[in-house]
Amino acid sequence: MVVSPEPSADYLDGLFGALADATRRDILARVMDAEASVSELAARYPMSFAAVQKHVAVLEQAQLVVKRRDGRTQRVAGNPDAVRRANRLLQQFEEIWRSRVGGLDELLSTSNQGE
Amino acid sequence: MPVVEIRKDPEALTMTVVAQFAAPVNRVWAAYADARQLERFWGPPTWPAKFVRHDFVVGGRSEYYMTGPDGGQSAGFFEFLSIDEPRSFKVRDGFLGPDGQQAESMPVMTMVFNFEPHDGGTRMVTTTTFPSLEALEQLLGMGMEEGLTAAMGQIDAVLADG
Repeated sequence: MVVSPEPSADYLDGLFGALADATRRDILARVMDAEASVSELAARYPMSFAAVQKHVAVLEQAQLVVKRRDGRTQRVAGNPDAVRRANRLLQQFEEIWRSRVGGLDELLSTSNQGE
Repeated sequence: MPVVEIRKDPEALTMTVVAQFAAPVNRVWAAYADARQLERFWGPPTWPAKFVRHDFVVGGRSEYYMTGPDGGQSAGFFEFLSIDEPRSFKVRDGFLGPDGQQAESMPVMTMVFNFEPHDGGTRMVTTTTFPSLEALEQLLGMGMEEGLTAAMGQIDAVLADG
């Protein structure tokens, strides 16, 4: 599978760092579902508006979300391409291991019959 | 399905695979200890592995070559860091250059294998630790994943031929 364009190491570090935090994953899940303003998001978490704003900024830096101005409020929306890319990297390793485990299981079944 | 669970931790850069086999622990252990058995499942079906060395002792080394459908080769090595037969072993897993020496420009992963009796069979837990995200990306740029994508769903067919 070819990832195009090639993501840089910095970009990837930002991406995984952004996804490593539970609040950010939750924010991301919400805005992937439906666009929200920072105030709407802030109302959902037991933390300050500024803290939520900071989480959104990290997500934006990693290109997981995009912000757009709507009059006086800022709307936050998910960027499905970036989320897919992060998942794809680890997914490929998952496939390597599924293949190995499947092969080992087959080997074990075969040799049990033969012995 | 033998794969019970796969946990990916992007922060710690680890991937943990939990698998369950009907065979007893000693039998599963033997599949790893014996190069002829290990090479039957280590490489993806379209990139079969051939182990030319397999010193399954602490401080020992293994070397293997995987050959792709287009004849391309990828070579790797294990270095056994610890072995607690038949419960666990830990290796460094890296790449070999064309000269048969460690490819210094390529990342080295750490893999821990644990085996324990479970439901009359064996529960295997393997944890792979990647040194950096750059390494992960580099590994996936090796072309190995192309062989794997092609291999998905063909595992049974390929092994039935062998």
